[in-house]
Amino acid sequence: MELLLQQVMAGLATGGIYALMALAVVMIYQAIDHLNFAQGEMAMFSTFIAWQLMQWGQPYWAAFAIAVVLSFVGGVVIERVLFRPIHNAPILSSIVAFIALFSILNSGAGYLFDYTIKEFPTPFGSKPFLGITLISTHQAGMIGVTLGMLALLYLFFRGTRLGLAMRAAAANPESARLVGIRVGWMTALGWGMAAAIGAVAGVLIAPVVFLEPNMMLGVLLYGFAGAVLGGLTSPGGAVFGGFAMGVIENLAGTFIPYVGRELKLTIALVLIVAVLMVRPSGIFGRRLVVRV
Amino acid sequence: MNRLTRRTILAAAPSALALASGLPAFAQKKYDAGVTDSEIKLGHTAFYTGPASSYGTIGKAMAAYYRMVNDQGGVNGRKITFLSYDDAYSPPKTVEQTRRLVEQDGVFLMASPLGTPTNSATQHYLNQKKVPQLFVATGATKWDDPKHFPWTIGWQPNYQGEGRIYASYILKERPNGKVGVLYQNDDFGKDYLKGVKDGLGDKVKAMFAVEASYETTDPTVDSLIVSMKAAGCDVFVNTGIPKFAAQAIRKAAELDWKPLHIVSSVGNSVATVLKPAGLENSKDLISDFYLKDPTDPQWKDDEGYKWWLGLMEKYYPEGDKTDVFNVYGPSVAATTVQVLKMSGDQLTRENVMKQAASLHDFTVPMLLPGIKINTSPTDFAPVKQVQMGRFNGERWQLFGELIGAVSG
Amino acid sequence: MTVPTEEIAAKQPVAVAPPVGAARRGAALDVALARPVVIAASLVIALVIPLVVRSFIAFQLTQVMVYALAILGLNLLTGYNGQFSLGHSAFYGIGAYTAAIMMHRWDITYFWTLPSAGLVCFAVGFLFGLPALRLQGLYLALATFALAVAMPQILKFGPLEHWTGGVQGLVIDKPDPPFGLPIDADQWLYYFTLAVLVLMFAGATSLVNSRSGRAIKAIRDNPIAAAAMGINTALYKTLTFGVSALYTGVAGALGAIVVQFVAPDSFSFFLSVSFLVGLVIGGVGSIPGCLVGGLFVLYVPNIAESVSTGLAGVVYGVILLIIIFVMPDGAAGFARLAAARLAGAKQPHTTEGRLP
Repeated sequence: MELLLQQVMAGLATGGIYALMALAVVMIYQAIDHLNFAQGEMAMFSTFIAWQLMQWGQPYWAAFAIAVVLSFVGGVVIERVLFRPIHNAPILSSIVAFIALFSILNSGAGYLFDYTIKEFPTPFGSKPFLGITLISTHQAGMIGVTLGMLALLYLFFRGTRLGLAMRAAAANPESARLVGIRVGWMTALGWGMAAAIGAVAGVLIAPVVFLEPNMMLGVLLYGFAGAVLGGLTSPGGAVFGGFAMGVIENLAGTFIPYVGRELKLTIALVLIVAVLMVRPSGIFGRRLVVRV
Repeated sequence: MNRLTRRTILAAAPSALALASGLPAFAQKKYDAGVTDSEIKLGHTAFYTGPASSYGTIGKAMAAYYRMVNDQGGVNGRKITFLSYDDAYSPPKTVEQTRRLVEQDGVFLMASPLGTPTNSATQHYLNQKKVPQLFVATGATKWDDPKHFPWTIGWQPNYQGEGRIYASYILKERPNGKVGVLYQNDDFGKDYLKGVKDGLGDKVKAMFAVEASYETTDPTVDSLIVSMKAAGCDVFVNTGIPKFAAQAIRKAAELDWKPLHIVSSVGNSVATVLKPAGLENSKDLISDFYLKDPTDPQWKDDEGYKWWLGLMEKYYPEGDKTDVFNVYGPSVAATTVQVLKMSGDQLTRENVMKQAASLHDFTVPMLLPGIKINTSPTDFAPVKQVQMGRFNGERWQLFGELIGAVSG
Repeated sequence: MTVPTEEIAAKQPVAVAPPVGAARRGAALDVALARPVVIAASLVIALVIPLVVRSFIAFQLTQVMVYALAILGLNLLTGYNGQFSLGHSAFYGIGAYTAAIMMHRWDITYFWTLPSAGLVCFAVGFLFGLPALRLQGLYLALATFALAVAMPQILKFGPLEHWTGGVQGLVIDKPDPPFGLPIDADQWLYYFTLAVLVLMFAGATSLVNSRSGRAIKAIRDNPIAAAAMGINTALYKTLTFGVSALYTGVAGALGAIVVQFVAPDSFSFFLSVSFLVGLVIGGVGSIPGCLVGGLFVLYVPNIAESVSTGLAGVVYGVILLIIIFVMPDGAAGFARLAAARLAGAKQPHTTEGRLP
């Protein structure tokens, strides 16, 4: 029982990383209806920017703020310059564009900052949280920030006019245009927000996994899986899914004899697919009726 | 320049060497593909991109070393052309790049290609084509098999050997301990695991508690460390590559878990592993060494270190002067150059392998003092010795005697 | 029959349809004459090439053909049937290991490994297609992604090591030319692969142009209408999954024979991404486009590396973006545009496959 509790806690701690990433994934999915393969790399690059600013003497919070702002701008620019011109292309072509972006950011970061791991500071410290050694104050802070961002996003999308406009633009661009919403700029805004969230995610994840160009690949995959598990239409579901991924993987590795240790990722994914069989839009995803 | 004079002088050298190694003495030059009077073409593959790309700097450091050799006159008057291609840690790509080097670029031999699965993919091909796979940059045990693969030779102490050394240290220090091993779920990681298990011998059932594997795409190994502590392990063998080794060290400290913590030679670099993990957290770490760590102040005035630093500053200034990978590269390359020198004008692939199998008490500047390279036709393991060290919070303190057979 | 109700239903990746109406009629005669000539000329060139180039180039071109075949498999599923798959590296891997195990452990001649790999993969693909029926779009992508990620782990799995060779992988011997033909092993493998390629491309062409093919495409274009017209969508979708897996599995078997080595980490998720890139570059929904895709997957990373080792990824990404900008429908779409322009007809405005 003790072991179970410990592993659940440890799983939640790691799951916090995935939840944060899943949130960013769902954000951009809601804005542009695609999965952005380059989401992780954008977050990684933003984190490197913050790191470089700190190397140049900026204090943590200044570097963090600047990096988030730059990421927001960067996201908007990428959307306007890269994806606007090809928005009429088939979906698969857009996906390849994401892959291209991934490659560029990954290679660029490696070239500029090289591949050795770098320490990244945390504003929360690394002491055991409330005396529990399994979760550090940083990880608790990370979970707190995730939930906080979730709340903010919820309020933004449900409670503000801009949020409503964004949702309309993503759900039904043609009708949105008819009521005067600048759909193009809504999409750009969505990209900017997703990039900014990604930057926050990267800055919080780097202290745990160490900063290096390849740090986000696994995180993105787990985050994606978590987002799908929770439901791509539900940010809350995505966060839940991220935590669930961490816990499932940990429990699979610890408790399933023999098979579990080597196949833990496989088992986690199989479980998710099994869940999808029962709820094909994810646990909390909304199922909309398509009228013919 | 009077070539006749040069030729007669040079002709004597290989004869002398040939006599020494038992070959019949030739008076004229013999070249295989990739060699001319003025050039030797060497081929190389490494992963400059992909999940293990932190190793790519080894290739760059090697290239820097060869540039230095060329500036100093080359090998017996021949300049080295070092062609290095990226294989992104993907064996099919390695096969393609290696075939390109051998068949299209016409290289003389493969000089220290990097990686375990990558070299496994090309081992068969190179042996079939009788192209030397010289001093491969990996510690897998399979490279020491001259009977089946006479064209393949390793360089560094092999992983299974290191694993056994850790096991005997454990048996000495914590004979009743519970052991947990962190390893990468591939060829290289499993080699270490096997070494540790073999080394524990019949005590393995009693002592071995947790084998925790990770994939290079895993974000973190933190939860594995939690499992080990929860399982009651008090010995931890950490064979992860730098990123994961550092994560493990730090997590152990966060959990307030203080096992007998052995970190492998792959993850013991002060600059790239221990500093990010936290120097305080790395206190009392044990590891094994065969190269000098460039951040260790005891080598400050050492001739070998000064030689290496000069090389880095002049030929690879953007390289990290604290990264032990950049020590590894030139050290292996120096062994290659030695073998080429020993071959004189008989630059055939067969002769190069003969010379590689006749190294006797050879050293390179950055090997630990006392470590000697020895090979023979039945012994394809050039560097066999290591020395243990303990981290005192600032630097590694070497202790004990050199471990490992010296046999040649 | 219940109508699929997921929100994602309308957003499946759709292929581009060829130009319709006047353009087609006008160009039809030219196309009818041009196609067989082009095909014949290509075949002649393909037959002659290995005799005039170095073995290494023949080896590379053989790999190109292998990738083209793998991409064709993905094309059948995603391009012609609209089911998004990120998991084809798994089928490729299963095919490769089937061939490797048969040759390494049971000493079976390479020839028989191809149909075996095909059958095994068809079965796996079909079985995977069954639960996949319930999933759409990105949810299906995740399920296939799960398959792709699981494959290397399963291949490395301890208890299966006796068969798979575990992390060490398996080495296989290159087959020798039969009947003592005066060509070397590389050239023989090239011709063997070419023969398999031509056969399977012909098979795919006849499939997509048949009644079944039309049903498959109908399901992609409008699954509700297709169901309403009486097409058994469930059966066709799972069968397509099976056939698609079969094609990629055979490619995998060939790939294993060509490279002479299989190891678990060669068949990772990244390979699936390569196939996807090759598919799009070649042209979704185009069979000859797969060859362009294969060429791209093999050569462009090398080109990127030769431009700059440090920034190879950046160069690769930039090349990808340029191609997407200039040819959003891939090489095949571009060729169609060019052919239609040459035929002098005005370009009709097609809206299929476009986002609103």
